[in-house]
Amino acid sequence: MDWSHSLRLVAPEELLSVSGLVLLLGSAWAKGKRDARAITWLAVLTLAIAAALVVKPLWSGLSGEAANAFDGLYSGDAFAAFAKLLIYAAAGASLLVAPVFFEKARSMRPEYPVLVLFAVAGMGMMVSATDMLTLYVGLELNSLAAYVLAAFLRNDQCSAEAGLKYFVLGALASGILLFGMSLTYGFTGTTSFTGIAAALSGEISTGALFGLVFVLAGLAFKISAAPFHMWTPDVYEGAPTPVTMFFASAPKVAALALTIRVALVAFGTQIAAWQQIVIVVSLMSIVIGALGAIGQSNLKRLLAYSSINNVGFLLIGLAAATRAGVEGMLVYLAIYVAMTVGGFVALLMLKDRDGNQVEQIDQIAGLSRERKVLALCFAMVMFSLAGIPPLFGFWGKFVVFQAAVAAGLLPLAVIGIAASVIGAFYYLKVVKVMYFDEPAGVVVGKSDWIHHALLLIAALFISPLGYLLTKCLGTLAALAAGTLTPGA
Amino acid sequence: MTGFPILSVMLAVPLIAALACLFSDAKSARWIALLATLVDFALGVMLWANYDVGGAQWQFTESVALFAGFSYKLGIDGIALLLIMLSVFLMPICIGASWLSIDKRVGEYMAAFLLMETLMIGVFAAQDLFLFYIMFEAGLIPMYLIIGVWGGADRIYASYKFFLYTLLGSVLMLIAMLWMVNEAGTTDIPTLMAYDFPAGAQKWLWLAFFASFAVKMPMWPVHTWLPDAHVQAPTAGSVILAGVLLKMGGYGFIRFSLPMFPEASAQFAPLIFALSMIAVVATSLIALVQHDMKKLIAYSSVAHMAIVTIGLFAFNVQGLEGSMIVMLSHGLVSGALFLAVGVIYDRLHTREIARYGGLAVNMPKYALFFMVFTMASVGLPGTSGFVGEVLALSGIYQLNSWVAAVCGTGVILGAAYMLYLYRRVIFGEQKNADAAAMPDLDLREWLMMVPLAAAVLWMGIYPESFLKPMRQDIASLDARLARAKPASDAKLTAPKPGAAAEAEHEPAAHGGAH
Repeated sequence: MDWSHSLRLVAPEELLSVSGLVLLLGSAWAKGKRDARAITWLAVLTLAIAAALVVKPLWSGLSGEAANAFDGLYSGDAFAAFAKLLIYAAAGASLLVAPVFFEKARSMRPEYPVLVLFAVAGMGMMVSATDMLTLYVGLELNSLAAYVLAAFLRNDQCSAEAGLKYFVLGALASGILLFGMSLTYGFTGTTSFTGIAAALSGEISTGALFGLVFVLAGLAFKISAAPFHMWTPDVYEGAPTPVTMFFASAPKVAALALTIRVALVAFGTQIAAWQQIVIVVSLMSIVIGALGAIGQSNLKRLLAYSSINNVGFLLIGLAAATRAGVEGMLVYLAIYVAMTVGGFVALLMLKDRDGNQVEQIDQIAGLSRERKVLALCFAMVMFSLAGIPPLFGFWGKFVVFQAAVAAGLLPLAVIGIAASVIGAFYYLKVVKVMYFDEPAGVVVGKSDWIHHALLLIAALFISPLGYLLTKCLGTLAALAAGTLTPGA
Repeated sequence: MTGFPILSVMLAVPLIAALACLFSDAKSARWIALLATLVDFALGVMLWANYDVGGAQWQFTESVALFAGFSYKLGIDGIALLLIMLSVFLMPICIGASWLSIDKRVGEYMAAFLLMETLMIGVFAAQDLFLFYIMFEAGLIPMYLIIGVWGGADRIYASYKFFLYTLLGSVLMLIAMLWMVNEAGTTDIPTLMAYDFPAGAQKWLWLAFFASFAVKMPMWPVHTWLPDAHVQAPTAGSVILAGVLLKMGGYGFIRFSLPMFPEASAQFAPLIFALSMIAVVATSLIALVQHDMKKLIAYSSVAHMAIVTIGLFAFNVQGLEGSMIVMLSHGLVSGALFLAVGVIYDRLHTREIARYGGLAVNMPKYALFFMVFTMASVGLPGTSGFVGEVLALSGIYQLNSWVAAVCGTGVILGAAYMLYLYRRVIFGEQKNADAAAMPDLDLREWLMMVPLAAAVLWMGIYPESFLKPMRQDIASLDARLARAKPASDAKLTAPKPGAAAEAEHEPAAHGGAH
């Protein structure tokens, strides 16, 4: 493997890092809102180019030696490409909605797009990592940018608190992960995923098992799966809403894709060792996500619990530990990103007379009579998150449950789907408030065309029209999953 | 019909109209909805006229490989044809019933109803397992909104209960479907209907489907959502709920549970019988003491649906045909009764039986129609109710005379609560001045009542029109079930029936002759 080949494979990350640095320099001279907006648009453009760069590896199903860069540290395969597309899309949406929000808070600074670009570069490394070290560097690059983003409204106590909380708990989780990685290294003598898989091909030693458990625990924190979910509602509530939207979408995709790769490649020879952990974590996330959301009165906290709930369903696909399971997860992730973006854009469009954000559930009472389209889209997102057909969210749940049933995990599927009814309750509550209650008359503010456009795209995607994409999504997910589990 | 995708058009017309309604004002939304439902009814008539009785089992088939994992595949047999007819027949009447009584958010209301129509037709026309499931489940959303937005005082509780109850029932069915598709390797319903699942697995699959259909049907003891939903729903919502949505449960049994799991069906038949017997007696008695008209009719629905389930699990042609006719008849009759309640509710805004009385004096035309539908609900010969009940009960009598005897009492109890209701509302003295001052039916109400009454009498006098299209499908289902048929409890001593059998004949004969 020569260097030029390796450099070509990491082109998206190079582009993101270089433009991040250039824009950072640029922002030193930026003055006022207009420059900040220009930098935001340039960042979106960068993401678009990066997305164009990963289309080819995805479409050609790039895998194996051809995708291998820097002697097995990094892989630019179709699986990574699929995840990156979702990450870029989610990050792009979070950039587009930011200026209006931050200008209202009088803190629109060009650092926001720059930090997002760095985080995205880190996430690109996470999903491409085929070595524990690349994994860790990518994860930390993403996390450090994310801590700052959470505290971006530095004069706002909630935002500062969210940043601190995220940092302390995130650092702890990184420590756990690092500890697990060092144990794994100690007992296998390698940090490369394929090397670990080969070393663990026989009986697993207790030490390596400990390593596996700690690695998974660290990753569970990053995907905010129960019982490592405690930080999620607080951070989601405190962080500025565009940042929350970013947290709920892009890093989730990155961390889940990373978890898939670690579980199926690095620990792919010890499936029995982690399968039960994933099953328990998955069911706990579904139930805690559903029960926790019931009592919430803040929409951001509600969406936070909803994301925990959805991660639980996603993990059902991983628990299946089959190629179909991975395909299902990737399809679900694509739909999940659309639902999350749609939900948060709708949330950002809820403004009172003075343009302040409305976040309390009782304040959106009777929204369907004041904002017909907005309420309709929000209701669609809710039904979709609950997995009620004919909305597209159902398809995500459908494919992961299909994989679980095919893998013979019937009890998991039955309990998981029965628990989804608990979740339906609070999604219904939001719809009830918007449609059945008398108008509260709070939400009267207008939004710009970008929000409308994003909401419309997301709504169309999760509408029944989305089913027309099932073939395309299925093909891409199959290409991506094929690179990961060639034999299965 | 060569090549004209009539089923797809029937699905598309209300769907497009629903979108149009969403963005129109009240007046145009009403007309759009009426026009769309009438067009769909006309298409339904065309469908029936072109249905080739005795031809291929599945007709008007369409298949487009649009999706991954399942396909857009439509097609109907005689059973589905009749249920689709029922849906498209009731829809214009529902729109008519909501013409004046719904005055807020008309566009959204009509859109919800039209969406409902698309989904109902979709449920009956789907030939792909997952397409069926999507249509089946999706119906929850518009119905939730109809109950919750336009319902009565306690609508929120009722809408939640309706949604969560039925959702919990159906999700287990989804897992069963996933397992079946994994096992059989196809999502095609006709293929699955002929697929023999291992007997051990059938048991679980049957139970999972049962969870869904029993709630939808609804069977005792999971019927409690129905009275709440009915009482709170607007009139047209009740009509469509009783008229069509409940039939989805029966359709599910006849399309899935019976042909796909014959052995398990036979094994669980005693469970069905027990629940149905309790339902017939208990809910009839509950109906007898109701003060709320809608609640009374809702409980009578549960009793009638129990007759459907025993007929379905009689494992013979009479039982199956009887169940289908009871379903169609109940669709018309209970729909009509809810409509009749709606007519006086619009005038007095109460469903309290005691608030009315002596309506025969000031509303003679109304009293006549109410009489027709009451008699049909009781099962008077000459009305649709009689044909279905006598067939279903004679079907079960061949299998188990005890079940027939207990369920036969439902006919007597039915007469009791319906006639009691009729007496209190229509006859007696006019003790309430406001009720006595109510005007008789106007043209709009007349137009809604006449077709329903005509259909009820048609089905009662010449049921052959309705039996003919489904005869072949019932026969093939019966042939499929033959191998699992449970033994009859009648100890027939050929060539002449003994005295014991004669004595047992009485209850069923009673029920029939009533």
